[in-house]
Amino acid sequence: MIRFEQVGKAYPGGIAALAELTFDIGAGEMVILSGHSGAGKSTLLKLIPAIERPTQGTVIVNGQNVSTLKRAAVPFLRRNIGMVFQDQKLLHDRSVFDNVMLPLSIAGVALRDAGRRVRAALDKVGLLEREKVMPVALSGGEQQRLAIARAVVARPAILIADEPTAHLDDDTGRDIVATFRAFNQVGVTVLVATHHDALFTPFMTRRLILSRGRLAA
Amino acid sequence: MKGWLLHHRQAAAQALRRLAATPLNTLLGALVLGTALALPAGGEMMLANFQRLARHIAATPQLSVFMALDTSVKEVDEIESMLRKHPQTLKVRKVPREETLRRLKESEGLGEVIESLPRNPFPDAFVVAPKDESHASLEAMRAEFVNYPHVEHVQLDSAWVKKLDAFLRLARLAVAFLAAVLGIALVAVTFNTIRLQILTQEAEIEVSRLLGATDAFIRRPFFYFGALQGLAGGLVAWFAVFAATLLLRGPVADLAALYGVEFALHILPLADSVLLLGLAALLGLAGAWAALFRYLRD
Ligand SMILES: Nc1ncnc2c1ncn2[C@@H]1O[C@H](COP(=O)(O)OP(=O)(O)OP(=O)(O)O)[C@@H](O)[C@H]1O
Ligand SMILES: [Mg+2]
Repeated sequence: MIRFEQVGKAYPGGIAALAELTFDIGAGEMVILSGHSGAGKSTLLKLIPAIERPTQGTVIVNGQNVSTLKRAAVPFLRRNIGMVFQDQKLLHDRSVFDNVMLPLSIAGVALRDAGRRVRAALDKVGLLEREKVMPVALSGGEQQRLAIARAVVARPAILIADEPTAHLDDDTGRDIVATFRAFNQVGVTVLVATHHDALFTPFMTRRLILSRGRLAA
Repeated sequence: MKGWLLHHRQAAAQALRRLAATPLNTLLGALVLGTALALPAGGEMMLANFQRLARHIAATPQLSVFMALDTSVKEVDEIESMLRKHPQTLKVRKVPREETLRRLKESEGLGEVIESLPRNPFPDAFVVAPKDESHASLEAMRAEFVNYPHVEHVQLDSAWVKKLDAFLRLARLAVAFLAAVLGIALVAVTFNTIRLQILTQEAEIEVSRLLGATDAFIRRPFFYFGALQGLAGGLVAWFAVFAATLLLRGPVADLAALYGVEFALHILPLADSVLLLGLAALLGLAGAWAALFRYLRD
């Protein structure tokens, strides 16, 4: 589903964030990505939906070579990838419901159908009762769950999350990990960058460990 | 196809929401654009009316024969019979000086001025319709009538039409020029509004991109915004011209009556109204396009 071949990424200015990365994540797999701060976790995740492009090697997602994908094709790649961003990127001037609606509007899903799917996604993360409030009225954990609902509402084949349990207490963190696990069990390929490896150990997920932009073991 | 329609509906709704979210800005913007557009639109309204007037007069070419003020009733009657007997005359209508005075006294605005005059300043007059409407024949009749005793002045209405035509051509050019200049101003204003809109929507644009929005999806609401703002400006201009037409109708009718013409000012013709609104929307669209071209190319 996701394949990296000798991938390197140097940001302008010459900082090599990633180097010689080769790995393969199969369809339906759940993988966690760990490593010290600045190891390149966020950078690696950004290569998958072509938010950043590799400076070396090839990234293949769902059979498509993302490294050479034309600009016009990128939106369609992204619609098949659900993303939970490290800084969440919620829109604070629209309601919880409208935040989750956005990916469906973008994909052109008919309105009535879309409303039902938004509620289903909010229900899965336990936010159905809060659909009318603004994101600021949510706690940190709730905002995180809102970001997850938005990532999965368009039923992507791949779900990517960058530090989804940062700043959360362990109980809330476990809730969120369980949510990812549930999506994984219905066939979604899940890749999570995290510092909280321990939260995932009950599920014995595969781990990729990054150290200074390279895979360690 | 269905998705395409849905996208357009959503974009239009979003543009309306953004306009409604800042009602004061929207209103001020519409007023600025409306004022700019009202000038050429008002000019066009006047032109359309003049043209109608010119056609109206040209359709019935006639001579106005004015008598000297000190002519006696008997002398006026003599002239009348001379005019009626003339082989080239089709119809003669006498306009007695008392009638002219009475008519103008009744008219609003002018009534008081005329009331204050010590004596009737208007001469007796005849309106002569010729058998032969050619310019040469009219000219010949004018030359003849002006030599009749006590005739002060003979006016050839078709000559007036010719002058009016020349004037209208020039005025049309002026209106077109004005429209072009103010059209550019309208594009510039929309350009600036949309640019500010883009800046305030930066977060939304970024997130939409990350969630798979195409450039077209991101641009569409701005296009609608520009077009709707232009349209709002067009509507303001239309109503301004409409109000001006109603206000001017009375005074213009009075002025026309002075020339012996019955004339009511008409509002902007339908075709011109459609053109005004269409152009306003199109110029708004152009402004949006210019802003998007510059700012969304990443
Ligand atoms: N846009 C950028 N421009 C230049 N350098 C960058 C950029 N983004 C990241 N980097 C650099 O690339 C390296 C990897 O950064 P990255 O954000 O991928 O690390 P990370 O593993 O996600 O760290 P953290 O755990 O703190 O989120 C860092 O040295 C960082 O300074
Ligand atoms: Mg990071």
